[in-house]
Amino acid sequence: MPFAFLKSAEITPPADIEAASLRSDRFRLEREVDWQRLEQIVTALEKGRPGRINDDDLLELPVLYRKTASSLAVARETSLDAATLDYLEALVRRAWFQIYGPRIGLFGWLRRFFAGGWSAAIRDIWLDICISFAVMVAGALVGWLLVARDSDWFFALVPGEMAGGRVPGADRALLEETLAHQGGTEGLTAFAASLFSNNSGVAIMAFALGFAFGVPTVLLLVYNMALLGAMMWVFADAGLGWEFAAWLSVHGTTEIGAIMLAGAAGLHIGRQMAFPGQRAIIAAMQDAGVRVAVVMVGVTVMMIIAGLLEGYARQLVDDTGARFAIGGTMLAFWIVYFAAMRRPRESDT
Amino acid sequence: MSLSDALARDANTKRDRVLVTPEGLALPLRVGSKGARAGALLLDLTIWFVGLILFFLAMGAIGWGLLDLESSPENNPVLEAVIVFVVLVLFLARYGYFMIFELGPRGATPGKRVLGLRVAARDGGRLTAEMVIARNLMRDVEVFIPMFFLLGGSQEAGVAGIAAFFWLAVFVLFPFFNKDALRAGDLVAGTWVVEAKQAKLKEAMSLAPDRSREYRFGDEELSVYGEHELQVLENVLRQSNPDALRDVAEAITRKIGWQLGSGDEREFLEAFYAALRGHLESGMRFGKRKKNKFS
Repeated sequence: MPFAFLKSAEITPPADIEAASLRSDRFRLEREVDWQRLEQIVTALEKGRPGRINDDDLLELPVLYRKTASSLAVARETSLDAATLDYLEALVRRAWFQIYGPRIGLFGWLRRFFAGGWSAAIRDIWLDICISFAVMVAGALVGWLLVARDSDWFFALVPGEMAGGRVPGADRALLEETLAHQGGTEGLTAFAASLFSNNSGVAIMAFALGFAFGVPTVLLLVYNMALLGAMMWVFADAGLGWEFAAWLSVHGTTEIGAIMLAGAAGLHIGRQMAFPGQRAIIAAMQDAGVRVAVVMVGVTVMMIIAGLLEGYARQLVDDTGARFAIGGTMLAFWIVYFAAMRRPRESDT
Repeated sequence: MSLSDALARDANTKRDRVLVTPEGLALPLRVGSKGARAGALLLDLTIWFVGLILFFLAMGAIGWGLLDLESSPENNPVLEAVIVFVVLVLFLARYGYFMIFELGPRGATPGKRVLGLRVAARDGGRLTAEMVIARNLMRDVEVFIPMFFLLGGSQEAGVAGIAAFFWLAVFVLFPFFNKDALRAGDLVAGTWVVEAKQAKLKEAMSLAPDRSREYRFGDEELSVYGEHELQVLENVLRQSNPDALRDVAEAITRKIGWQLGSGDEREFLEAFYAALRGHLESGMRFGKRKKNKFS
């Protein structure tokens, strides 16, 4: 290491320890070289440049940390030098933050996430996924039944600009038109990107609202699925139910799956808060929050894929069978991926 | 640190917490004040916003020619790619900025760093990546949605708008209703925001020439003061402001009934400090502590 002398040049041992008249100052002077070594290591770690620490220092890091921590414990009982106590407290705290800080960066975490962390987190909240699924099915049924009984309900459920001519009693040809591809790819990527950004925003909101015992999350799920149910009835009524399902399934299996997971994540927090069991509410909430954060990152990933499918595949593939094939393949892929990926080993965390 | 800071030290106990490390050492922590946290957030949002604007200006400088050639995205594939890129950058900026910085070794965004704050796990354990992600996903409801709500002019929304306003206000005002100033995201993730100050190692005090022969203090003269006064005196000596030195020296000599020649203040105070500290520390070794002059 050619430049090692430059790196450790600043620490100079105190000239004359015996010159200090106070016992507590001699205690400090005898140990301050170790403290400053620890400080250099911690500073290098904080700056994200562990390469600057030389090997000897790195090997001694645990010893230096314990020495400094014990110096602090002793100094508190024997020394009244406020500046030294402040320094030691700040140093031990910084070292503690480094030793117990996040150990992997965003990219390391993402690698572990795709290699099983995501699937394991989803299996952990299976019960909430079942609840979320049931709520969504109920929502779609409500939408369907309401519109089937009285088609005026459609206008109460679906905002005008969203319906865009897809209303009860609409012309079959007009409905067919909305399902057909628009031809070409122009403008589709921008469309896909904005869909993605918008949909993940909704999903993240469904999660964040779970904080209020999950009630807003359930409302959000029911309302969105009622919209879908109502729309489905309109197409089924015109004899286009099958085609509509195929059109929807291309991106829907991914997107509705993601919304289901986001809803389940919100419900998980709400449920853990409402029924914390033996734990304190705060502890229960915290466990749940950390577990579902992983699910939510996955939801964002699914939204990206759904946006791409919606923007490209759905507009380019016109055949009902092919549309079902794409949607079905995606569904099968997600189920296998979530069910089969092994949980990453704890040592990787 | 001045006298007022030393007094503020005692007044701040409302925000002081003790964290027991796995080594069994009680480590004092101070919860970040609401003002500092609001300041850090504003600073971060400013950096975020200015960064985005600069980014788009740079993009505009590069993409200017493209925009002139074909005005509509339908027949310009390059502009198309630019739009996709922009949407993705906006998304990443909204969710990634805070996460990337808080997952770094300092556990703090630039704004928090400037104000001497950092994120830590509330239970004293390790701050995990999941915690940081959870607290920043909740930030969406607490910061971004209310911000867009206010900027987006949703005031015309009527009753629903008012309901939404109150609903969002619950999240925004959450930190004001608990003693650790936790926001909803901190609560869900099990984190808190604490002060992370650095301190420099200052000179040892008793390296000054030993004057215990010239200045002899008796037990009754040393027992008028306690630890608090000793640390105030330490600050005065470290700052070495001549006026303050003279005032303090006069106050002490009046108290213990001495006469002091002019120009000797520093010498006298150093000798008195060393003697008082030696006296109090020897008391400490026998388990006797004297907090201040009243005890």
